[in-house]
Amino acid sequence: MTKILEVKDLQIDFATYAGPVHAIRDVSFDLNKGETLAIVGESGSGKSVTVRTVMGLLAPNAKITHGEVLFDGVDILKKSEKQLNDMRGNDVAMIFQDPMTSLDPTMTIGKQVAEPLILHNKISEADALKEAERVLKLVGIKDAGGRLKDYPHQFSGGQRQRIVIAIAIINHPQILLADEPTTALDVTIQAQIIHLLKEIQSKIDTSIIFITHDLGVVAGIADRVAVMYAGKIVEYGTVDEIFYNAQHPYTWGLLEAMPTLETKSDRLYAIPGTPPDLLDPPKGDAFAPRNPYAMAIDLEQQPPFFKISPTHSAATWLLAPGAPKVELPPEIARRHALWASKHPDEKVVN
Amino acid sequence: MAKYILKRIGFLLLTLFLVASITFFLMKLLPGTPFNNPKIPADQLVILKKQYGLDKPVWMQYITYMVGIAHGDFGMSYQFPGQTVSGLIASRIGPSLQIGAQAMVVGTLAGIVLGAIAAIRKNTWVDATATIFAILGRSIPNFVFAALLQLFAYKTGAFPVALWGGFSYSILPTIALAIAPLAQTARFMRTEMVDVLSSDYIELARSKGESRWQVVAKHALRNSMIPIVTIIGPMAVDLMVGSLVVENIFAIPGIGEQFVKSITTNDYPVIMGLTILYSAMLTVIILIVDILYGFIDPRIRLSGEAN
Amino acid sequence: MATPKLSPDAFKHVKVNTAEQERIATPALTFSQDAMRRLKKNKAAIISLWILIIIAVISILSLWFSPSNPNKQNLNYANLPPKWPGVDLPGLNGYLNGQNKYAGMGKHVYFLLGTDYLGRDLLSRIMVGTRVSLFIGIVATFFDLTIGVVYGIVSGWRGGLTDTLMQRVIEIISSVPNLVVVILMLLVFKPGMTSIILAIAFTGWVTMARLIRAQTLQLKDQEFVLAARTLGESSVKIAFKHLVPNLSSIIIIQTMFTIPTAIFFEAFLSYIGIGLPAPTASLGTLLSDGQKNLQVLPYQLLYPAIVIVVLMLAFNLLADGLRDAFDPRSEH
Repeated sequence: MTKILEVKDLQIDFATYAGPVHAIRDVSFDLNKGETLAIVGESGSGKSVTVRTVMGLLAPNAKITHGEVLFDGVDILKKSEKQLNDMRGNDVAMIFQDPMTSLDPTMTIGKQVAEPLILHNKISEADALKEAERVLKLVGIKDAGGRLKDYPHQFSGGQRQRIVIAIAIINHPQILLADEPTTALDVTIQAQIIHLLKEIQSKIDTSIIFITHDLGVVAGIADRVAVMYAGKIVEYGTVDEIFYNAQHPYTWGLLEAMPTLETKSDRLYAIPGTPPDLLDPPKGDAFAPRNPYAMAIDLEQQPPFFKISPTHSAATWLLAPGAPKVELPPEIARRHALWASKHPDEKVVN
Repeated sequence: MAKYILKRIGFLLLTLFLVASITFFLMKLLPGTPFNNPKIPADQLVILKKQYGLDKPVWMQYITYMVGIAHGDFGMSYQFPGQTVSGLIASRIGPSLQIGAQAMVVGTLAGIVLGAIAAIRKNTWVDATATIFAILGRSIPNFVFAALLQLFAYKTGAFPVALWGGFSYSILPTIALAIAPLAQTARFMRTEMVDVLSSDYIELARSKGESRWQVVAKHALRNSMIPIVTIIGPMAVDLMVGSLVVENIFAIPGIGEQFVKSITTNDYPVIMGLTILYSAMLTVIILIVDILYGFIDPRIRLSGEAN
Repeated sequence: MATPKLSPDAFKHVKVNTAEQERIATPALTFSQDAMRRLKKNKAAIISLWILIIIAVISILSLWFSPSNPNKQNLNYANLPPKWPGVDLPGLNGYLNGQNKYAGMGKHVYFLLGTDYLGRDLLSRIMVGTRVSLFIGIVATFFDLTIGVVYGIVSGWRGGLTDTLMQRVIEIISSVPNLVVVILMLLVFKPGMTSIILAIAFTGWVTMARLIRAQTLQLKDQEFVLAARTLGESSVKIAFKHLVPNLSSIIIIQTMFTIPTAIFFEAFLSYIGIGLPAPTASLGTLLSDGQKNLQVLPYQLLYPAIVIVVLMLAFNLLADGLRDAFDPRSEH
């Protein structure tokens, strides 16, 4: 598999009145051609900042203090503004969270969809509009030709998100960054949009980074998952590994908080506490204060990544040699048991 | 839409009717007419009163006046015997309209540019300078500004100091009047544009690969300029008010100068006529602005159709 | 990946204090404290506030201490340019167009800002005029505010037909340029300070009423007001207990914008000659007098002009600062 994107040791600070906020702390991951990587985490965990870095669209008060972002082997952090403009909307495109606000209310959707095409190619406006119509059909806008001259407010939320997707894919980008594309939508529409993204991925052969705070959405679309907490990735692996063999207590918390058909209890689980203040990140494991399995070392030292399988790693001291075996929450124990029954040859780590 | 406009026009006429009635009775409350002068002999006073219809009961005067207005007849001036109020206004409205329109266009355009630059260069010295200009423009009373401009004209001889005689005579009064709408537009535009520039659709436009300037030209400017239409009404008020002094200072034979003159000479028919005229201009401008807004903002356009 | 060697102690389970996690580190600020903190950061607003305080104090002190009687005419001293004893700078040395206007007068005769066409000391007149203008501005704003707040609350709170009718009245009033209304009122009443104040207040309240009504409509549907209504509190009580405190920031900001407008109106009216009757000094009458000699003695217009511009500027900057401080949306 060829790597299309490699993020290495990324560190980003935001300048605020109170001092620098360490929003991204040593984030590394890669993305293979044609695959979908989901980045999961609660708000403020740094997932949106991460994709905006890949787009070169950070807020002016953001400062990249360390790291590289290699796209096709070239560091985009070193690209000029002009080179970035050439890349954006052409090689890398983005789908935004709120379809109600991400379209220009005063421009017809035909023009908005055709814009990236005109911007990056030598094409007449008429031809671009024809292509826009084709792509709008592709994303499931009925009577696309007749609606090119309509304005965003004449479409429903789901339709608008389809239009936003059309804008993103019209230039067949190699990477599609989807920043919580379903969060603002109704549950039924969510499923449609996920389905649409998968369909498009197979049609235009693109890689997707899918950002969400909802682990439930991930199962339907991702090949691999990275879990982020307080500006760090705490665990990554294939979808199955994260769902059935998770090792980080934070991932456990997310899994427990996710309602499933098997959920026995009538109460939903919530991870106690709030994320740490990234103005002054804790010395040890940032999750330790909320972690029911916290150990002395968690408060002293940040855990390194421990490898569980070639594709699966987690940053928790529970995986360190000599660490005690803990009693898993029932839901996680159930999942691990399922995993063990499917992979009898693998040694059980926890 | 047509129904909406008709309704609005109906309300406009009702408003003007009320304004005219209130002004009429207010004038009747006034102490003294120019004919209260003790030097005028009694028999002549009777003739004068008869000539102006002041010998009839007030309610009859009122009906006569209102019927007259409906036909465009605002009565006779006290100050200029034999001259109709409508005729007087007609002969003087040209310079006022010219200066007012010029000031409105110059003021809003300059304000849009200033506000947009301030927003794009937010929190830099450019922004600070533009903001200082806007606040100064808001803080210097237009008659002070007009007087200073006149002093400047007097000292340098670059422009006519006063009176009316072609375009060059309109430049300084236009600048004096334009300062208020300029300051207001600049301030409004900056706020709008800062809002728009931080909106999601601007980020999406950037993600398409548009440069900062392309984003401004294609998306931000239009979206920030549309709401400016809503302050045209208040700015028109400022212009009308400003014209009273500016025309006075530059001795321009316009309706503003006439209004002030009529006040000091108690020329009530002219005061009434001009009050109604000012209200008519203002209400018509507000109506046009509202209709215009519906046309340039696609969101409102549609809801108009749906009604 | 190298695994660090760790002692068994490192793996001791620690109990995390959950109460500690939920603690909010920074002390809670009330809304007005927060607003004050933001206001204090705004240098322009704070400097403006001080300038306003200084101007107000000087103009009030002029009741007892002024360089000379502001209304005392002395035609021998008419139209003298500014003279500062011992200062030999153009514009401050008593010379005008190369001519010593003070020639032949005693050494003790000097006027820091010159005199007007009746030989009255301009500095004293500016001090008194500023006081009069400030007084008119503040008193007119007070009435304007009272009418506007009451009208706005009633209109927004009652809603329905009352609201519609009250809004129609506002629409009619605002369809005549406000100064035209002021002028008409001044024609009806006797010219003087009271009628100017009333005339300004009568037209100014419309803006305040609109703002207050809009805010009241919003507040009306909020839980704490609904709760008070459900519990059967009287409308008047609700208005004072729940509405007015929540409207206070709008009222304060709007007040700061209204005072300079009122000062401007007074100056405007006096300038076109239907304001304060002579010999009362106000910034408007001073500007009006100054205009008459503008081309020969520009200082007669310039000094009152500087005072009114500084006043307007300071009020506007302070109002801007207050609005930014009370409107957290503008916090970046």
